[in-house]
Amino acid sequence: MNLLSLTAVELGKKIKAHEVTVEEATRAALDAIRAKEKDINSFVTVDEESAMIRAKEVQKMIDDGTLTGPLAGVPVAIKDNMCTKGMLTTCSSKILYNFIPTYTAEAVINLEKAGAVILGKTNMDEFAMGSTTETSAYGETKNPWNTAHVPGGSSGGSCAAVAAEECYYALGSDTGGSIRQPSSFCGVTGIKPTYGTVSRYGLIAYGSSLDQIGPIAKDVTDCATILETITSYDKKDSTSVKREETDFTSALVDDVKGMKIGIPRDYLGEGLDPEVKEAILAAAKTLEEKGAIVEEFDLSLVEYAIPAYYVIAAAEASSNLARFDGVKYGYRTKEYEGLHNMYKKSRSEGFGPEVKRRIMLGSFVLSSGYYDAYYLKALRTKALIKQAFDKAFAKYDVILGPAAPTTAPKLGESLSDPLKMYLGDVYTVSVNLAGLPGISVPCGVDSKGLPIGLQLIGDCFKEKNIIRAAYSFEQTRTYQHSPAAEA
Amino acid sequence: MSKEYETVIGLEVHVELATKTKIFCACSTAFGSAPNTHTCPVCTGMPGSLPVLNKKVVEYAMAVGLATNCQINQYSKFDRKNYFYPDNPQNYQISQLYLPICHDGGVEIETESGGKKTIGIHEIHMEEDAGKLVHDDWEGVSLVDYNRSGVPLIEIVSEPDMRSAEEVIAYLEKLRMTIQYLGASDCKMQEGSMRADVNLSVREKGAKEFGTRTEMKNIGSFKAIAHAIEAETARQIDLIESGEKVVQETRRWNDDQGYSYAMRSKEDAQDYRYFPEPDLVPIVVSDEWLQQIRDNQPELHDEKLARYIAEFGLPEYDAQILTSEKKLADLFEATSAICNKPKKVSNWLMGETMRLLKDREMDAEDLRFSPEHLAKIIELTEAGTINNSVAKEVFEKVFDEDIDPECYVEEHGLKSDNDEDALRATIEQIVKDNPQSVEDYHNGKEKAIGFLVGQTMKATKGKANPGIVNKILKELL
Repeated sequence: MNLLSLTAVELGKKIKAHEVTVEEATRAALDAIRAKEKDINSFVTVDEESAMIRAKEVQKMIDDGTLTGPLAGVPVAIKDNMCTKGMLTTCSSKILYNFIPTYTAEAVINLEKAGAVILGKTNMDEFAMGSTTETSAYGETKNPWNTAHVPGGSSGGSCAAVAAEECYYALGSDTGGSIRQPSSFCGVTGIKPTYGTVSRYGLIAYGSSLDQIGPIAKDVTDCATILETITSYDKKDSTSVKREETDFTSALVDDVKGMKIGIPRDYLGEGLDPEVKEAILAAAKTLEEKGAIVEEFDLSLVEYAIPAYYVIAAAEASSNLARFDGVKYGYRTKEYEGLHNMYKKSRSEGFGPEVKRRIMLGSFVLSSGYYDAYYLKALRTKALIKQAFDKAFAKYDVILGPAAPTTAPKLGESLSDPLKMYLGDVYTVSVNLAGLPGISVPCGVDSKGLPIGLQLIGDCFKEKNIIRAAYSFEQTRTYQHSPAAEA
Repeated sequence: MSKEYETVIGLEVHVELATKTKIFCACSTAFGSAPNTHTCPVCTGMPGSLPVLNKKVVEYAMAVGLATNCQINQYSKFDRKNYFYPDNPQNYQISQLYLPICHDGGVEIETESGGKKTIGIHEIHMEEDAGKLVHDDWEGVSLVDYNRSGVPLIEIVSEPDMRSAEEVIAYLEKLRMTIQYLGASDCKMQEGSMRADVNLSVREKGAKEFGTRTEMKNIGSFKAIAHAIEAETARQIDLIESGEKVVQETRRWNDDQGYSYAMRSKEDAQDYRYFPEPDLVPIVVSDEWLQQIRDNQPELHDEKLARYIAEFGLPEYDAQILTSEKKLADLFEATSAICNKPKKVSNWLMGETMRLLKDREMDAEDLRFSPEHLAKIIELTEAGTINNSVAKEVFEKVFDEDIDPECYVEEHGLKSDNDEDALRATIEQIVKDNPQSVEDYHNGKEKAIGFLVGQTMKATKGKANPGIVNKILKELL
């Protein structure tokens, strides 16, 4: 039995039934990481020793009945922008090359309480800025389906680790599509929850008003189970929401009869790869055949989402990343003359080009004389986009579309043309601007054998709608859904 | 000086609020602890940490706003002020720019001529304090202490309504008194819990437009503020008189040297790139909450002054002094409540307490003796158990160490000698031993009796009741 081909929930059941020990499951994952990392590079840090120690402890707590949940004993990989006490947390940046947090992010604590074993920290675009995981200071991650291609980003390490079966599930974060787009590229399932659902405490901020942590796994059942576990009202995060009905697994029902699904015509136009379009429309057809009411509609304002997103996210990032200055932790330049020279050199040497580009963009749109023209206008656009979604959700339960306009590009293709890379976020960023939940589920492969992701978007706090639709769709899946399964 | 000039002054006053914990985390605000002992991921700007607003800060800010006749913004927001400096761990300060908690208020001050004048308050906003840099010149390094990082501040921004150093001091004193009465801060300038930035310009008398202003930052005492204002006024007038221009700039006042020097000009002024703080939600003050703050406002200075005159029959001058410091007023009320002798209490506070404060170079805020012990001294004196000079001696002990007067008097044998027969014998002996003084007295030298009283006090080790000594002496002579 290849343990790594099990879903997290399947493994959890076997551990509970004493068919597999936590140590066996952990050892299997660590072995897989050893075998595959040279090809994939999903991880920045793997901590074998603490993982094995922790596995033993968790096994004890399962045996004595302290831990009984579905994820007890299941090893997990954490995106490297979530603080883990005592374990290196770099955001895939040189500027945090030596940063070991003194505390653990709330979402990770919630997993630990449920009996998770942390294997290590996954690679990402530096400070989550990028769509390919190529901006990492620790080397690019490769797509397990075809290592000449990118895994997407910024949670590319987490998605690749799940797809390559180096771990059973992972946490990612999504500011403008960073869970959904790499999930689509890697043929895995990922949820970006409603803003405020998962605590941001301990998540190293990129765009504070947009960031959300979410699950990345092999299927919808895993994602619903993980989301249920990491969701909590956290007083340490002022934007955390006290939610009702967070029993997301209750929505794992194969039934979409009467569910109203809208497809924005704006999502099917120019720029969308024909193979992706075909797969998305086929998925819509499948749901229709299962009893959903599917129709196309005009969402409007779609072309404004990218500029609004890049203004707001960059503005917040320019301020959020100011703390990385060489004074308190992280990288400090070797030689400098005086304070300002130290700041300048540490930051120039510590940040990569994409991060610098966004810090400059963000500083510019906030500077006096430009604030109204850029930042305020972007905020107004954000509010209008939310209104457009409100209007749509008055009519539909779920909005359906692609997660990305293409399948995974080749390595090295995107960074040379950042604007083109930004345009690839067209279907995901508006969901963050409006604070909505979205899921990406695999819906096929293109002629190159690369996965295509179907995105389902719900109204605020209506994760259950998208989980139910995604789960129902998943029951019809007939194609191979793991690159590792082929091997 | 050929023309007449007018000085125009506006103040930005920073006040550290008296909350037990910081504005955005649960760390203690205690002053004077070992460096970096009151810190956590939030107030040291660790990656991933998030601020959570301390509700008490909002309540204090609103209380100060109400006491200074401000409008309260029931929908208020925090903004980020971005600038790089090592005492600021996130390299941005969480403050309020666009929607501050209070706006458009004012306080009344008394001018030199005895008239009344209102100084407008433009706004009051909440923000976090920065840490403290410690420069080690020996090692050639700077160290940062983040204990103060995140201590809550309010910044009270006045209108440019003040015209002299006296008005500035009167305004500051009024603010300090009001804030102390509210218990919102101890307002100790020497510990930095109250700091003022002075914006000053001069113009020809009668001119409508303001002149170019300069800003002097963080001046450490009322006295220094008055000096700085006088010097800066003179400097600006000199510039204008000699045909030069005042440059808009930030200046630092050096009180030891008595002059200010330019720190940075407007051209170098930083662009703070303010934007709404995304980690905090807007502060929504419900009508109920606002009413609750209104209902809980303590008796403020003007009301207390009127009450002291009416209720305790104190002269206005005395009432003014007692109410000028919250601490004095509190002591006065607590002690009077115990011994029920407000006039006596007032005398002790106005007399000996003031004298010792001056002697020890202390502020009323630093008074540590308990009202019970002052009341006890008054009772002992009234009962004739101790005489006035002993009472003063005991009070000094109470003032310094807050000892129990009764025990102290007992232990040191300071009780007055009220045994008339024994005293009469002592005095008879003294009269016999000092015939010259007796003769002087009979020759009309009234002062001679003072010498005899003194001798008696010496013989009784100061325990004799001076009233009784005088009475017996006069009988014997």
